[in-house]
Amino acid sequence: MAEYMAQGKKPEVLFWVGCAGSFDDRAKKITKAFVKLLHNAKVDFAVLGTEEGCTGDPAKRAGNEFLFQMQAMMNIEVLNGYEIKKVVTACPHCFNTIANEYPGLGGNFEVMHHTQFLKALMNEGRLKVEGGKFKGKRITFHDPCYLGRANNEYEAPRELLQKLEVELTEMKRCKSRGLCCGAGGAQMFKEPEPGKRDVNIERTDEALDTKPDVIAAGCPFCNTMLTDGVKNFNKEGDVAVMDVAEMIASAQDL
Amino acid sequence: MQYIPNILFFVALVAGIGYFTMNMRKVIGRIKLGKEVDASDNTKQRWSNVFRIALGQSKMVVRPVAGLLHIIVYVGFIIINIEVLEIIIDGLFGTHRVLSFLGPVYDFLIGSFEILALLVLLGVIFFWTRRNIQKIKRFWAREMTSWPKNDANYILYFEMVLMVLFLTMNAADLALQNGVASGAYTSETASHYIQVGSYPVSQFIAPLFEGMTEGTLIIIERSAWWLHILGILVFLNYLYFSKHLHIILAFPNVYYGKVKPKGQFQNLDSVTSEVKLMMDPSADPYAAPAEGAEAPAKFGASDVMDLSRTQLLNAYTCTECGRCTSECPANITGKKLSPRKIMMDTRDRLVEVGKNMEANGGEFKDDGKQLLDDYILREELWACTTCNACVEACPVSIDPLSIIMDMRQYLVMEQSAAPNELNVTMTNIENNSAPWPFNQMDRLNWKNEV
Repeated sequence: MAEYMAQGKKPEVLFWVGCAGSFDDRAKKITKAFVKLLHNAKVDFAVLGTEEGCTGDPAKRAGNEFLFQMQAMMNIEVLNGYEIKKVVTACPHCFNTIANEYPGLGGNFEVMHHTQFLKALMNEGRLKVEGGKFKGKRITFHDPCYLGRANNEYEAPRELLQKLEVELTEMKRCKSRGLCCGAGGAQMFKEPEPGKRDVNIERTDEALDTKPDVIAAGCPFCNTMLTDGVKNFNKEGDVAVMDVAEMIASAQDL
Repeated sequence: MQYIPNILFFVALVAGIGYFTMNMRKVIGRIKLGKEVDASDNTKQRWSNVFRIALGQSKMVVRPVAGLLHIIVYVGFIIINIEVLEIIIDGLFGTHRVLSFLGPVYDFLIGSFEILALLVLLGVIFFWTRRNIQKIKRFWAREMTSWPKNDANYILYFEMVLMVLFLTMNAADLALQNGVASGAYTSETASHYIQVGSYPVSQFIAPLFEGMTEGTLIIIERSAWWLHILGILVFLNYLYFSKHLHIILAFPNVYYGKVKPKGQFQNLDSVTSEVKLMMDPSADPYAAPAEGAEAPAKFGASDVMDLSRTQLLNAYTCTECGRCTSECPANITGKKLSPRKIMMDTRDRLVEVGKNMEANGGEFKDDGKQLLDDYILREELWACTTCNACVEACPVSIDPLSIIMDMRQYLVMEQSAAPNELNVTMTNIENNSAPWPFNQMDRLNWKNEV
């Protein structure tokens, strides 16, 4: 982004990569797939790179409002400094925080989840979404809580998947009644409380009941949780867990 | 002498409504112990929610069986209450079926009340079997101990008895009407029972009264009439002691419910001012607080007084249906957290605090207890994934998640009592702006990796 600024240019959109997308080996693949799609659709985008910092979502959900607001204010300063208007991110937690909780602290941006952004590109005819190797495959989509229930977006990822000509099957608990993967509310970073079962195992069990070829996700944390779940059932050879962006990119052999 | 029933009725009515009003004032007073909320925004959206969610029961039908049954009982109760209006007028002025001058309209009204009464009776019996025979899981969770379980059944019994009394009253009335019309009953009292109304249900009960004397029938009719109206007054006053207050509070509760996206948690203003001060390079770090400045507000909630009025209204509105708990990922997988228990605990503690204050002339005398630990356990609070399933599931817009979040804020910001792994996570965010211990300078490394 700094380079853009130095050249006096403004990107069409800022891609907010997020911590998982920047550091987590699995999530980095999602980042790269999404970037390939952006290039493919000739989107003029920038990233903050080392100037990006955690949005503060895990801190806020853990109860540390101080740390959240510190992170938020720093990020808002940076974004406002670069006069950013539009942000896209592949992480529903970053999406929710920047879209809903930053405005109250002085950060007003148009924020889109990457599935919403890809859908818009597709509708504008800038991005081709075609079946390729996923044609006819059984896919079930796991709704991320912070995209679905938290922000009422259930259709964008499904529309993209449908364009991939897949056989979309729904889990029993889906959309507004979708079951959490178990990572939200900073659970990703701690051991679960004692219980009968881990939440991701419960959810993966339900996903596997639909006999999918691929479990599609729209969140790097759900992706991790479900991947672990699939491994727990020793199904990693049969069932892949993939982000919607990865599927579109791989369908086109990008 | 002839005015004794009218006077008795008047006394019962005033006592019933008076005691209820007194208790409702207590409820309002207790809710006002919470922090004030500003609900002046989104008025249109709020009213539309009241019509859709509360009046229209839109969220009840997410579960079709329970939803449909509930709508029957709900519509039945509301409409049959028009009949209560007539009963009150009759009771006060010694008239009999005063609205019968409406003619065909009256026939239609009584006819529909009867059908609804039967449907309510069947609905309530079905509810009872779901609870006690089918033993649906959400009614038998850990928090459904003796009182919550009994309370639910008492309410069902009340409704059954009221409906049976209503139909008995009509059947006896009909039997008397028929007797008078056929010339069998000729006393002056019996002559009140002129032929009015239509009785699609109780016409099948009336034959049971065949062959009874005029006097017995009048006693049956009068007893059913009195027991029905007294039953309604007792039931009205039972609400305060029970989870059943939702029949009233659901409406304001939905109005005050969240109108923002579910993922948007409130930003604490008290923290904002602190953070702004910290980030202000020209702030004087050694400045003493101004004379008479207010002490900084407590962060988060450890007791009911720290919660908002909406949250306390939520607690009084909860009717313990358990839809939240049955959708909660933590609860489903056997953790201790149950959003319903969060609401029940909040109400129980609020009642305890309220009674404490009433006993001590309006002042709260420290009882060595609080909502945290004495009611809601830390283990419950930390099991939440903030997924909003409970909020989505609640048919009357209760938000258990907001209470969990406020209590986490207290634990972290006042007590520094987060689980250790979360402390590590937060340290990472603070030091290198990511929840994991990666170097901030490596953020863009993915760009050059294949």
